[in-house]
Amino acid sequence: MGVKEYTIRRIILLPIVLIGVTLLIFAIMQFFSPVERASLYVRNPREFEHIDAIIKKHHLNDPLPIQYINWLSGVLRGNLGWSKSVNMPVSQAILTFFPATFELVIFSIPLIIIIGILLGIISAVYRDTIVDHTTRSLAIMGWSLPTFWSAIILLSIFYGGLGIFPPGRLSPAMEAVIHSPSFMRYTGLNIVDGILNGRWDVVADAFSHIILPDLNLTLVIVALPMRIMRSSMLEALGKEYIIAARAKGLSNRVVIYKHAMRNALIPLVTIAGTLTAGLITGVVITETVFDYHGLGYWAANAATQLDIPAVLGFALFVGIIYVLTNLTVDILYAYIDPRIRY
Amino acid sequence: MEAETIRERKGFRKSLEPTLKELKFTLKRVKQSPLSIAGLVIVIFFVVIAVLSPYIAPSPAGWRDRYMIPRDGFTPTPRPPSPQHPFGTTQGQYDIYYGCIWGTRTAFRVGLTVVTGILIVGVILGSISGYYGGVIDEIIMRTTDIFYAIPGLVLAMALVVAFGPSIDSVIRALVIVGWPTYARMIRAETMRIRNEDFIEAAKAIGASDFRIIARHILPNAIYPVLIMASMDTGSMVLTAAALSFLGLGAPVGYADWGQMIAMSRNWIIGMPGHPYIYWYTFIIPGVFIFVFVLGWNLLGDAFRDILDPMIRRR
Repeated sequence: MGVKEYTIRRIILLPIVLIGVTLLIFAIMQFFSPVERASLYVRNPREFEHIDAIIKKHHLNDPLPIQYINWLSGVLRGNLGWSKSVNMPVSQAILTFFPATFELVIFSIPLIIIIGILLGIISAVYRDTIVDHTTRSLAIMGWSLPTFWSAIILLSIFYGGLGIFPPGRLSPAMEAVIHSPSFMRYTGLNIVDGILNGRWDVVADAFSHIILPDLNLTLVIVALPMRIMRSSMLEALGKEYIIAARAKGLSNRVVIYKHAMRNALIPLVTIAGTLTAGLITGVVITETVFDYHGLGYWAANAATQLDIPAVLGFALFVGIIYVLTNLTVDILYAYIDPRIRY
Repeated sequence: MEAETIRERKGFRKSLEPTLKELKFTLKRVKQSPLSIAGLVIVIFFVVIAVLSPYIAPSPAGWRDRYMIPRDGFTPTPRPPSPQHPFGTTQGQYDIYYGCIWGTRTAFRVGLTVVTGILIVGVILGSISGYYGGVIDEIIMRTTDIFYAIPGLVLAMALVVAFGPSIDSVIRALVIVGWPTYARMIRAETMRIRNEDFIEAAKAIGASDFRIIARHILPNAIYPVLIMASMDTGSMVLTAAALSFLGLGAPVGYADWGQMIAMSRNWIIGMPGHPYIYWYTFIIPGVFIFVFVLGWNLLGDAFRDILDPMIRRR
């Protein structure tokens, strides 16, 4: 099978996987009684008198296939229910909170990947020396670190002890600035908007809020790229073309960074999916501890208040993003490495 | 009759032989790696704590639920370590020492129950899928695809909300989230073994499908999965702790490490001038989770090397 057919096949299969995801979410919904599910559509207490009418209107007591089709057609029109914890429709909440999370993640990804690659290379080049043992031990430690605990410790040291890097997304003064009529919200990303508006105080403030959560995400996830990089680097260093390169008299530096590293980077693509999953998990907990109002904060908060539509809407949204990431990665990998054909 | 059972037993022992051989090899490798010995020591240390908890942290006389942490008063402000409370008290005067010790039992209960549950579901579905193939295989594998499509913690969160927050819900949710990985592994192994000659031979003498799977395939397929399961104990406890921290697991006052850190959240930045005054409320339970998970991961890391066909036997 060529790369083209493979790509086409994967894209054709995409809707099937997505339908599967909606079926899973729908199945979880069935744990709630029709009355509970009807309350998702109630927006003020007086409507509870007409609960039967609501159940009827939304087909909540009908046979499952009919319920599913009704629900799915609603979802496709962007109707995911009402999130009581933030008092807005779930779809609107996702749009509101997405930029904050995007801003957080977009800065942590390069950190995680670059540090991971460097540590992996160092560990492989100095294999079985004290350097290797130390880096690997640190990686296992990072991997064992409870995300919420490292977040709390960072907050305690940097905010409690040193008084820098406060929790939240912006300090109150800057919050007022970005909500003032003269400040244009182009993207919802505070740093980008700050630059576009020329308000460097907003940019600096946004950065000071984003540093700790990003540091925390890096701390708990960096072991993942590091581990892959180490083993693929070890494999590359054992290849004959490395011996050939050394025999030619190339410097150690050139051999490592030009010959071995470039080939060792390829398998790193495969962990993009796992990395995404790790980031999503990390974001839920990190945002909660740092009081950073993004998607993860909203979802975790909604879960504790049993705000069902919010939690399920979040799961659906995250599922779609995750499926699309995996699809992109698989296709990309097939293009990069011609040996891979399924 | 008696001869029959003896022969049966011998046959059973024979069917376990590949597993035993692998186990011996694993133990040899564990002994060679200092990191895995450290992991083993940590895990054994926690086993001892869990077994001895009624003696090293006795519950007050007439205490109804041993997993509920005793309180010394009701004032919110935590109190520092003292002879009476070796690790101090957290918000609401819950004794941190008692909570950490009994929390070890909670951690083992969660980790081992989840891993056992995952193994049972994964082994059954995976071997059926791999042995019969065809439509059954297709259905089971597409189901695992769907479960893979939502990251573990998010799916677990949704399930816990659906079941109603509690430790048991967390356990159930983690089993539902975790089984697909194991089903896939067992399936792959089963498919490999299914085509071996000795399976053909077993079929030829008329062995039932169940017998072939249970006696001939699983003993040869189960080993990597068991290793994987032992590695997952730590990460399952970590996820359960995260859910408890978010307020979806153990109730307030329950001896659970994640829940105890949740109770400390109001005290992490201390007081003006004394930023670290309440350190014991979150550092101590956190160290327990961290070291517990670290122990399992150190052990698992050694196992990974042992299982890796590229670097093993060197």
